[in-house]
Amino acid sequence: MSKFKKKSDGGTPAISTASLPDIVFMLLFFFMVVTVMRDTSLKVQNVLPFADQVEKLDKKNLVMYIYAGKPSPRYQQKYGTEARVQLNDKYANINDIQQFIREEKQSKREELRDMLTTALKVDKETNMGLVSDIKQELRKAEALKINYTTKEGDAMLNLE
Amino acid sequence: MARRAAPEVNAGSMADIAFLLLIFFLVTTTIETDSGITRKLPPIDDTDQKPPPLKERNIFIVLINANGELLVEDEEMELGELRQAAVEFLDNGGGEGDEACSYCKGAADPASSDNPIKAVISLQNDRATQYGKYIAVQNELVAAYNQLRNRESNRLYQMDFTEMEAAYNDPDTEPKDKELLKERIGRIKEMYPQKLSEAEPKR
Repeated sequence: MSKFKKKSDGGTPAISTASLPDIVFMLLFFFMVVTVMRDTSLKVQNVLPFADQVEKLDKKNLVMYIYAGKPSPRYQQKYGTEARVQLNDKYANINDIQQFIREEKQSKREELRDMLTTALKVDKETNMGLVSDIKQELRKAEALKINYTTKEGDAMLNLE
Repeated sequence: MARRAAPEVNAGSMADIAFLLLIFFLVTTTIETDSGITRKLPPIDDTDQKPPPLKERNIFIVLINANGELLVEDEEMELGELRQAAVEFLDNGGGEGDEACSYCKGAADPASSDNPIKAVISLQNDRATQYGKYIAVQNELVAAYNQLRNRESNRLYQMDFTEMEAAYNDPDTEPKDKELLKERIGRIKEMYPQKLSEAEPKR
């Protein structure tokens, strides 16, 4: 009789959660390491196109970013849906680009100025007209090294 | 009685704190993409100098219209076929004498390019072309160059060209390896120079 009674006294034992913090910390550290804080807040829609013949941009401090695309939904009331250029934190006109490039060049050491690359982060639905205008301005500003920033993936995905 | 064990700190809320931090980082994370297709823009040419004449057959014209449709050498083409067409054009090697190409494996069609060194791809787009489609075409053309460069690089150095470039750009590579890589990359680039001209879009 007593043989069977012994087990039924405690119910199910509680699962130890002592290692839970360790697991969560591990995840936390992962995200802390891969996180890159954005230094500009995006005011334009920015769905990048796909490409698979990509090169990586290594030296982050030698990259100038130019964003372009339709204004984000919350700005559309004010600025409409026409694609626009964004430099730093605000919308800009095409002819502000030269000034922007000049300022960026000024802020870098002289021997590094030739290594500056301009990364174009352009929404994939933007018309090429705007992109060509940007490229014209970059040529005038003598910032000839450019990089079309893309997501890695099959280029055929762009056609959908 | 005098010696009591130190009371254990309750670590139950540790998980909550860690979760809070975790969620904060999850929300603020934007895994930044900074890879892309690198291009070099031509400098503005103020002089009235005429560009040297190019033979018609050494130019490969790719047009993209406002709807993203391709016209390649006066024929409609799907994007999927563009890479192969570009490879065939670049690797044709139809030249003779001085212009012969010793490493080309193409069909040597007299109507196509003489030599990869002379071959130019001209890309023209409309102002209303979508950027995504333009990038897709750029990607295919760069892929064509990379395919040929990889082939030659594998033949000469038993290594992919794209791999060599990645190693060259990697800051961890030893300087003396870099010298060698630079020389090899330069050599391959000489064999298949990337001559991709972009006209300013019409209208």
